[in-house]
Amino acid sequence: MNDRTTNTSRKKILERLRSRSIGDPPLPEIDAHRLTRFDDPLAKFVEMLQFVGGQSHLVESEGEIRAILGELQPFSTAEQIVSLLPEVHAGNVDPSVIDDPHDYGSVDWVIATGEFPVAENGAIWVAGQSLPDRVLLFIPQYLAIVVSRGRIVHNMHEAYARIGRPPKGFGVFVSGPSKTADIEQSLVLGAHGCRALQVFLMP
Amino acid sequence: MHGSATSSVSLPIVDHPTAAKPFVTNDQRSHWHDQALWFVRSKRDKQASAVPEWEYLRELASAIKTHTIANLDRYLEDFERNARALGATVHWAADADEHNAIVLGILRDHQKSRIVKSKSMLTEECGLNHFLEENGVEVVDTDLGERIVQLRKETPSHIVLPAIHIKKEEVGETFHRHLGTDAGASDPKYLTEAARQHLRSKFLDGEIGITGVNFAIAETGGLVVCTNEGNADLGVSLPRVHIACMGIEKLLPRFQDLAVFTRLLARSATGQPITSYTSHFHGPRDPDSELHIVLVDNGRTRLRQSDEFREALHCIRCGACMNTCPVYRRSGGHSYRATVPGPIGSVLSPTREPDRYKSLPYACSLCGSCTDVCPVKIPLHHQLLAWRKELVGQNLLPLGKRWSMRMASWLFRHPWMFSSAGYLGRISLRWLPHSLTHCRLNKWALSRELPKPPPESFRHWYRKHR
Repeated sequence: MNDRTTNTSRKKILERLRSRSIGDPPLPEIDAHRLTRFDDPLAKFVEMLQFVGGQSHLVESEGEIRAILGELQPFSTAEQIVSLLPEVHAGNVDPSVIDDPHDYGSVDWVIATGEFPVAENGAIWVAGQSLPDRVLLFIPQYLAIVVSRGRIVHNMHEAYARIGRPPKGFGVFVSGPSKTADIEQSLVLGAHGCRALQVFLMP
Repeated sequence: MHGSATSSVSLPIVDHPTAAKPFVTNDQRSHWHDQALWFVRSKRDKQASAVPEWEYLRELASAIKTHTIANLDRYLEDFERNARALGATVHWAADADEHNAIVLGILRDHQKSRIVKSKSMLTEECGLNHFLEENGVEVVDTDLGERIVQLRKETPSHIVLPAIHIKKEEVGETFHRHLGTDAGASDPKYLTEAARQHLRSKFLDGEIGITGVNFAIAETGGLVVCTNEGNADLGVSLPRVHIACMGIEKLLPRFQDLAVFTRLLARSATGQPITSYTSHFHGPRDPDSELHIVLVDNGRTRLRQSDEFREALHCIRCGACMNTCPVYRRSGGHSYRATVPGPIGSVLSPTREPDRYKSLPYACSLCGSCTDVCPVKIPLHHQLLAWRKELVGQNLLPLGKRWSMRMASWLFRHPWMFSSAGYLGRISLRWLPHSLTHCRLNKWALSRELPKPPPESFRHWYRKHR
């Protein structure tokens, strides 16, 4: 029954749209010269990430990330850790043996990789292909993203140009931890997703 | 309130001043609400002014939308073809009832009855929750603000901040009753944590995830959902079936157009540089999962026919026009008795049911602030004025307003009458006792002082000085 409805309605909607021609207003091209670029995009990223409630760490090696994580209280007491970067941490939950995303329900930490940071808004593009399961970005109590600072882009235009043709599946810009201000405009970090976001900026 | 354009029940006519009265006469609450929204508006200003090319982005957004709406048939077909190629199922719904039937059909096909849902103004517009509940489906709104209004059996009073009209003490009471939080607790952090625990179990228990759509891309067949809480992502990453419901006006032609709109949306809405999560879905999660996209018309093609109001289809539902509107801020979202309140709602609602919503275009001082902040440059206050013209033409104005307008028009056409009326006004304002000029019949003076009468008319003064 659904298919029949949908076919009739499809026809009806398209016919209605075609019955009224409203000229051909042009699709604008975006003039890159009119877009802001930053003298120091990395400094801007660090500033914006702090503004959106995330924490950034400029690091040179995986060992340094390990050391910083070790000093974070929620990490040292974490029971379940998924690490997508074995060089940083071995992790103790193995995604290769899990095929139901619900099984990640009590994961405390996830260490994931980002593709590139965006200076203007503190966002990081995380490609779905880098994740064994996309829920890993949203279900843990705490999230760490490791990303190369050398790949930073200035703004969202450059970001979408960098992605190019989006691959099949999932991709997300993450800007700070999960948050809400739905109760009297009071900002609270950790609504449904991660309670805090650590971003490690590698060379 | 879950009215749809196709609803056969005729709903009562909304009189905005009457509907706003309880809110406005609660002086303290009205001011508290006003301040809360002004705070959001100020955050928006800070973000907008931090982007030197802000006006350029608005122009681009407006031009992209104008182009898309003009070529909507082509872009819808492109989108459908590309989305199908990615493995998504595309459904078309002419109106709210069809939309609801399609969603229920998908649930029945999978024999599922527990839904986790993220914010979608379209499903509000279609009255989906109510419809599904009547059909024995459990719907859990997962956006914190929406969950609060759902537990209180209310509707959102704002499209981005659904619970902006509710005080934390009231949220505390609601959570105490439904989630077992401590009596009297009102700390937002504590309450949010309680909601997190409560909704976690709902997420893990959910059988199908429903989301709205912020943007859909014709050239890729993908869709973008923006949230701060991450609730849409959790909701559609656990169950195997994701249903995305969208109005047909949500399309953008190119992937790169997203840059313009993701830069504008959150800055305009809440004064954030971007939402915490801007999620891009291109096809279902894996071969064992399903992505259903429901394309809904529900009056949009009709609105597109109108040269006067077509630009209202540009709306990206950021809510900036509400946050800045002096009438909305003081009268609260529920006074509009419509899914979308505020300036954009006052334009959209009468296009569905002119008679029912005819008072909304008058809930406006024509200050033009909404037009100034609109990220897609909808000429909102011009459209509100145009609506008044339309309503007069359709003879939909109440008798009082019709007669007073007719009187005013007659007065302005007779100069001698006009000048005598002015003379009479000046004299009587000077001599009549305050108790009479400020009696209850003169509603305008209920909380205002009348101006001091000038000693002479402008025409008199001009004759002396020219």
